[in-house]
Amino acid sequence: MTAIPFTPAIRAPRLAVPAVTTGLALLLAAMACLSLSIGASGLLPWELFTRELNPAERAILLDIRLPRLILGMLVGAALAVSGALMQGLFRNPLADPGLVGVGAGAGLGAVIAIVLGGVMPAAVQAVTGMYMVSLFAFFGGWATTLILYRVASLRGHTSIATMLLAGIVLGALAGAATGVLIYLADDNQLRDLTFWGLGSLAGANWVKVWAAAPVLIAGLAAAPFLARGLNAMALGEAVARHLGVPVEAVKRGAILAVAAMTGASVAVSGGIGFVGIVVPHILRLAIGPDHRTLLPAAALFGATLLIGADTFSRVVVAPAELPIGIIMALIGAPVFLWILLARRATMEI
Amino acid sequence: MLLAADLGASLGGRDVLHGVDFEARPGHITAIVGPNGSGKTTLLRRLTRDLPGPGSISLDGVRLADLTPRQLALRRAVLPQATAVGFPFTLREIVRMGHEAGHAAHLPGIVEAAVEEVGLSPKIDGFFQDMSGGEQARGHLARVRAQVWQARRAEYPCWLFVDEPVASLDIGHQLQVMAVLRRFADAGGGVVAVMHDLNLTAMHADRMVLMAEGRIAAAGRPAEVMTGPLLSGAYRCQLCVNTAPPGGIWLLPQAARLG
Repeated sequence: MTAIPFTPAIRAPRLAVPAVTTGLALLLAAMACLSLSIGASGLLPWELFTRELNPAERAILLDIRLPRLILGMLVGAALAVSGALMQGLFRNPLADPGLVGVGAGAGLGAVIAIVLGGVMPAAVQAVTGMYMVSLFAFFGGWATTLILYRVASLRGHTSIATMLLAGIVLGALAGAATGVLIYLADDNQLRDLTFWGLGSLAGANWVKVWAAAPVLIAGLAAAPFLARGLNAMALGEAVARHLGVPVEAVKRGAILAVAAMTGASVAVSGGIGFVGIVVPHILRLAIGPDHRTLLPAAALFGATLLIGADTFSRVVVAPAELPIGIIMALIGAPVFLWILLARRATMEI
Repeated sequence: MLLAADLGASLGGRDVLHGVDFEARPGHITAIVGPNGSGKTTLLRRLTRDLPGPGSISLDGVRLADLTPRQLALRRAVLPQATAVGFPFTLREIVRMGHEAGHAAHLPGIVEAAVEEVGLSPKIDGFFQDMSGGEQARGHLARVRAQVWQARRAEYPCWLFVDEPVASLDIGHQLQVMAVLRRFADAGGGVVAVMHDLNLTAMHADRMVLMAEGRIAAAGRPAEVMTGPLLSGAYRCQLCVNTAPPGGIWLLPQAARLG
C-alpha cells in the first residue's frame, strides 16, 4: 500500500452548497445588470421600459451591450466548466485548456479558418458557413486534447510533469503553425488576428452569439452527465471502472465537451486564460471537489468573473478598452502561483 | 460461485499466468498466496477483468463479459493495493462513492455503518488525503464494503476482491480487517483475497490457493496447503509448519535457504 503523502494544502472549512450556489446566482444577476448599465453613452437598461428610446439608443442596449453580455456569460461559464472537466479528467487541479496547449490548438484551428477560409473548397465554406471558425477551433482543440491525454496518461494514471511538458510542446507547435499562417495573412486578416489573439469580447454581436451559443450550451448541458464519472476517476481509472463507471465513455465525453467549449470560446473571444484554473480552485476550497455541485457552481462563478472582468476592461481605460485576456492573466497568474506554492512540498514531478 | 477456466495473462510480452483454473464459493474467504512475482495479483486482476487475456470467467452463472460496468458494480467490489485520491474529498464522500455505485438508491446510514466497521467514525468528515497510510487503507475498505453492504441480494451473492488488504496495517488493524472480511463471508458473500501473511491467512481463510511461477501449485483447506514441502517448494526456502496447540497451524521460517 503506497501511502499518499500528506498534503498541507489550505483547508478552509467548507461552506453550504445551496448557500454558495444561490449567492453566485445573485452575484451573476447583479453583475449582469451592472454590465448592461455601464458604457460610454450613460444609458441604463431599464430606460427601455420607462421611456421611448431612439433607434440609436435601442441599438446600444440590444445590439451592442446585450449580445456582449450573453457571449461573456456563456464564454465565462464554458471556460470555467472546461477547466473543471479537464482537471477531473487529469486528476489534477493545474490542468487548464489554456495552459496545456488546448487553447493554442483551438487557436490554430481558428487562425486556419480566418486566413485560409477564403481559399477553401466552396463545399467546405457552404457546409460550415458562419460556424467555420468555431468548427475549426473545435477540431484544433479536440486534436490537441486527444494527443495530450494519450501522451500524459499511462495505465490510468496521469503524470503531472508529462502533461505540463507535453502541453508546452503542443502549444509551441500550434504557436509555430499559427505564426506561419500569420506570416501569410494579408493586412485585413492581420488586424482581425491581432485583436482576436489578445482575447476580447469587444467584437460581440448577434452573429457571434448564434454561432457560438449552441456549441457552448451543448457543452455546458453535457457536463453534469460526466460528474459522477469524474468523481470516481479521482480514484484512478481502474477504481472508477470497479465503481461501475463506463470510463472510456466518460473520457471521450469530457474530451469532446472540453474541445467544443474551448474551441467555440477561442473562436469568438480569442485567448482568455486562467478562468478555468481560478474558478474551480476557489470553489473546491469553498464547497469541495464533488463535480455534481462543482460544475454548476463553476458555470455561475465563471460567467460572473468574465462579465465582471469585461465590465472592468471597459471602464478602466475608457473610452478605450483593455483586452480582457490581459485582465484575466493579471488575476489568474498569481492564483496559479498560489496553488503551486501550496502544493510544492508534496507535488511529485 | 466464481468459476474461471484456463486464465492466461502476459505483461510486457512475457506470459505470467499459464492456463489457471480457479473457483471460489460464496460464504468462503478464498486466499491467494505465493511468493513475489508468482502471479497472485495478476490472477486477481484477471478475475476482476482489469487485465485482458485468454480464459473464461463467470460469476454465479453469468459470464463477466456479458455484464455492463454498472451491473458488475452491483455484484462485486474491488480493493486494489494502492489507490491515490486526486482531490480533497472527505472520507464520507469517498465511502459514499462506493455506496452509490452498488445501490440504485441512496440508503441512509450505510456510509456511517461502513466507516464504523473499520473504526474510523471520528474521522468521517476529515479530508481523506490528510489520513495516514493505514487509515486510508481502511477507508478504502469501508468504501468497498459500502458498495456491497448486503452480502447477499435476492438473486445472487455479492463478492469482494481484495489485494493485500492488511499490507500496511499493524497487527490489531490486521485482525480488524480480517474480521470485516469474515463477517461478509459469514453473511453469505464471497471473498477473494490476495494475502502475504501466511499465518494470518491460515487463521482466517476457508480455502487457500498457492501460486508459484504463474501456476496453481496447490489448493485446498489451509491444513492441506500449509505443509512444509509445499510451501518450501513454492517459496524456495526452508519452511517448517507447526500444529501446536491442537487445531492451530503456524509457520516458523528457518534460516537455511534451499540450494
